[in-house]
Order: sequence, then structure tokens, then C-alpha cells
Amino acid sequence: MTAIKTLRSRTVVLPSTNIDTDQIMPARFLTTTTREGLGAHLFADWRYDAAGAPNPDFVLNRPEAKGCQVLVAGRNIGCGSSREHAPWGLVDYGFRAVISTEIADIFRNNSLKNGLLPVIVDGQTHEWLLANPGAEVTIDLESCTLTLPTGTAVKFPIDAFARYCLMNGVDELGYLLSKDAEIRAYEQRRA
Amino acid sequence: MRVSSPKTMFEKVWDRHVVVPETADTPAVLFIDLHLTHEVTSPQAFQLLRERGMKLRRPDLTLATMDHSTPTRTEQVFGGQPISIESAARQVHQLEKNCAEFGVELLGLRHELRGIVHIIGPELGLTQPGRTIVCGDSHTSTHGAFGALAFGIGSTEVGHVLATQCLLQRRPKTLAIEVANALHPGVTAKDLILGIIGQIGVAGGTGHVIEYRGAAIRAMDMEARMTVCNMSIEAGARAGLIAPDETTFAYLKGKARAPRGAAWDEAVARWRELPSDSGARFDRTVNVDAAALEPMITYGTNPGMVVPITAPIPSRSGDAAFDKSLAYMGFTAGEPIRNQPVNVVFLGSCTNGRISDLRAAADVLRGHKVAKGVHLLVVPGSQQVRREAEKEGLDRVFIEAGADWRESGCSMCLGMNGDTVPKGEYCVSTSNRNFEGRQGVGARTLLASPLTAAATAIRGRVTDPRDLING
Repeated sequence: MTAIKTLRSRTVVLPSTNIDTDQIMPARFLTTTTREGLGAHLFADWRYDAAGAPNPDFVLNRPEAKGCQVLVAGRNIGCGSSREHAPWGLVDYGFRAVISTEIADIFRNNSLKNGLLPVIVDGQTHEWLLANPGAEVTIDLESCTLTLPTGTAVKFPIDAFARYCLMNGVDELGYLLSKDAEIRAYEQRRA
Repeated sequence: MRVSSPKTMFEKVWDRHVVVPETADTPAVLFIDLHLTHEVTSPQAFQLLRERGMKLRRPDLTLATMDHSTPTRTEQVFGGQPISIESAARQVHQLEKNCAEFGVELLGLRHELRGIVHIIGPELGLTQPGRTIVCGDSHTSTHGAFGALAFGIGSTEVGHVLATQCLLQRRPKTLAIEVANALHPGVTAKDLILGIIGQIGVAGGTGHVIEYRGAAIRAMDMEARMTVCNMSIEAGARAGLIAPDETTFAYLKGKARAPRGAAWDEAVARWRELPSDSGARFDRTVNVDAAALEPMITYGTNPGMVVPITAPIPSRSGDAAFDKSLAYMGFTAGEPIRNQPVNVVFLGSCTNGRISDLRAAADVLRGHKVAKGVHLLVVPGSQQVRREAEKEGLDRVFIEAGADWRESGCSMCLGMNGDTVPKGEYCVSTSNRNFEGRQGVGARTLLASPLTAAATAIRGRVTDPRDLING
């Protein structure tokens, strides 16, 4: 996992509320046995027409979306299925952060484990971001702030441990494995 | 001695599984009693073990099956025909290979105990009160019906459990849903949970574990309780719990992997301690009147877009997402949902693929024919459910009505195995998600109970099951 400390990028805006993980990564692409290459199928049913040609109206197909690493989404993105293929697809495509007012629990967890930063903002900041697609924002994980091009900076909440892992590019498994003695003691107590 | 303060059931189960307590800097290390796994969300997790040269820590607490991408046509399961989707076949074979390599018990494609992972856990008696249960599938919440703390995880966490039998978790909040009074005839557990989701919204339970309580819950059998807990995730809650009681114990007694003899008595004594203490505090409480509910059906593209079957499709002026959803569904605000023509009816899934669901649907269908032009697909939740249905002659009722009777699996709930709804067609489905494209590209899903699904199959139009049951 690549470490994130600060991120500066223009935004792509998908204003729909309740964008579920079936939209982010439709089920027919879940027969893969690897994590790689899922960016090609990201938002497949919105991004391509029935013949597989890019839908020119979809935001990711517009030239200004190229290179954007921050996705601003409507309230409650990531609801539904636990498929980690959704954050895998977003990361493979090039996204490093998702901003919304609410982010569904399992999707948020899965994102944190893949270097995709879930940023929860207040309604007013969200409104501004929705109204200003392509705005260049700065996300600083050291200070947990999102800074808009207007200079407005807002704090966002993030679990301390997940933040540590993201900033250092380490995964949680190392920490779990370091608790082997405690796990063994628990197993013996319960046996 | 200090008298401990009253605890919720969630707190009791959580506290008993904490290996390392949480701090401001680190989440709790939580021990997992049962890890269920399947072909879709596990390959990358097994690969992680392989890359790091690790073994599976507790094969005795791990069980694998295959359900999502598996075929439901008998000839592809048992006969000479290959699985029609090549990548699905590869995934099935990869699970066989991974289970052999890491020593995981697998209820494979032709195993007589195979089925949807959330159907077989309870069926085998592995789902027990007080356990922590995880699976790389969001409908793991189903197992909460037994008073187990059960929730869905991603593939990275599947790897964590394979390697350590533990997960790093922050303690969620608690939400009590008090369901007073009794459901009317023709109104089922499915209608109740759809009603609850309609009331609290698809993000209403985010960050919470739900405990379903009250007279209507106590009156339900285990299969109905599983239907309720199954859709907790559709309200945003990772887990839903119901306190174990005599109904729970009677269901589990004698199940293949439930405790026996003296161990059974000890287990029941332990399970009786699990229900929330009186005076236990929940972070939030929501009240629901079961007697006020009618058969419910969804009209939009998330499970919170739901109405009583007798009501018109609502309108929300100025809500672009709502209008986009109605446009996808091809519905107009203000028109009745009742009598909308349908093309497909799907009876099955981890929500409503158990024997009681098939019995309920068969009771409505008996002596009737499926309407001309309607495809009724009946997919039992497990091979055990399938055999039981055949023993009771339910398969004959379905086949004589003109339905398609299949082998078990997730099937048309998400269409991964090729069982899909054609583009633009309407499907009344007993499954759990009506998202855009969930049942196939361009498919239009209406979620409802098995009774509503069966009545709709007969008429070929969205039908209030009470019209057929009463008349």
C-alpha cells in the first residue's frame, strides 16, 4: 500500500445519493481471482453503453476528469455489498480519496485498507464541492484537514490507527500478527 | 463486590470476544468463533496468505462453500455440461484448490450440504447464540437471528481472519428497534424489514448494531427472524441481533453441528444469559407498530424506496436522484404500484430461500398456473432445502404451475452466475437489493415477500397476496 500524507488534486463529482457498490463494481466483474485490473470496469453500467462504447455524458469520460484523484459523491456512498472489488476498482482507476457527508461502514473499512481515503465532510462543505466540480482541493492527513481553493479548511474525522497505517503505508495485518501471544492466551482461556 | 451495570446483548457478546481492548490509538482485537467463506471474496485473501508464507490459523473454525457464481441448472452442477461462464468456473476451481492447499473444509459444488453460506450456517447448527461470525458477504447479518454477533467483511479482512482468527474493530453503537403488536395475515417478516428500512432509511443504521425486540419478533419462527436480520445491512447496519429464546433452542437442538448431551445443556444455560439486561441502555431506539403494516413492495432503486402494496408510487419534488430512480424503473409518481405488469418472478436468496419461504409460496401457487409470458424462477437456498421441498412435493407444485425449479445458490439475486433479468424487464424478487442493474444490466427489481411474489406470478401483475389468500 502506498503511503498518503497529503494529496492535492482536482475533483470529479458524482452527485447521486446512495451510490451502492453494485454501481461502483457490477457483480459480473466479481468472478476475478485477483485484485488487479478492476479500474477498467469501474462504474461500468454508467460509463459504457450496451455496445461497450464510452457514454459521453458520464463524468469520468469527460476530458477534464483525466488525472483526478478525488471523487466527490452524494450522501451515503458505498452502501450495499461488502465487495472489496469496489475500492480496488477506484484505486486501480487512480482515485486516492472519496468525499461525502456519509460513507457506508463496510465500504469505508475496505477503502482504508487499500489506501483510498474516506473523507466525511459537513453539509455546507459538501454543497460547495458538489457545486464546483473540478475544484483543486488539498487533503492533509497529518492535520486531518480538507482545504478548498477558497482557502476554507475543514477538519475530517478518521480513526487514529487507520490514519497511522495510511500515513506509513503499512497494513493492519502486521499489528494483528504482533498480538499472537494475546490471541494464544485467549484461545487457551476459551478452550 | 461491585454489581455490574446492565448490558445489552451486543455488549455481552462483544466483551466476551475482546482479545486486546481498544484504546484511543488502536481498535480492539476481536476473536472470531466462526469464519464462513465462499468463492467470490476469498481468492485474494488466500493469495495474501500464500504471498506471506502463512498458514491458516484455525481450520477448525473455518468453513467454505460456493454459492455466488455457481450454476443452478442441474446439468451444469451434476451432469456432463460445463459451467457456462468460464471465469465463474475458474473461481469455483480456485476455491477447491485453496481449500485443499490450506486445509479448509469445503462443501463443494456437488456436496449434499452445499448452499448459500447464510442458509447453511444455521442449517448445520454452526450458527449459535453468543458467537462472533464473519464472512466476506454483507448478508452475514442473517446469523444475528440467533443472538450471534455476525457481520460482513471485505477480502482484506477475510485474510486477517484466515491468518489470525481475529479482526481489528471499533465498537459500534447500538440501536434498539422495538416492534410492538402482531403482523396481520398476509404480512410477513419480509414486509416488516422492508417497512423498517422505509422508516429509518438506507443509512439509518450506519455505525450501529441493531437489536430487534418486541412482541412481533418474539412471535416469529427462526426463519422469519433470519429474514429480518438478513436485511439489517440494507438499513446500513452491519449487524442485527435477536435475543435467543425457546424458539432458538428448539431450532438448534439436534442439528448436525450443534452441541449434544451435557454440552447442549451447558450451552443452553450459557445462551439464556445472553439477552439484554433490563435497564440496558441503547444509543438509539426506534419504535415500529407491526399491526400497522401491509404487504410492502419497492418501487425504486434502493430498498428504502418502499410502499405498502395498496399505496401509490410517491413523489418528491425537486429530488433529482428520486426522479432518476423512477425513470430507471419506468414508473410515474402517483400511479399505483399494484397491477404493474411483470416479466419475471424470482423466489430464493439468503433473504427468502428457506423451506418456510418455499412452503408459503407453494401454498399460494397450488392449483394455479403462472401467468402467460411470466418466468417464475424458484431457487432453493441450499441443497438441504431443495431435498426437503422435494420430499414435501413442493417442487411438483412449482413445476405444475409452470415454474423453473433449480439447484441452490444466490442465482438471480445478483446474477453473477448468468441467471439474470433481461434489460428493461420487471422482476418481483424475494431477494434483498433493488439497485440499478443488480439482477442484470437494465433489470428493474421490485422487492417483496414470497407471498407477494407467488401471487404476482399467477396474475402477471403486482398482486396483493391477500386478494388470493382471502378469495
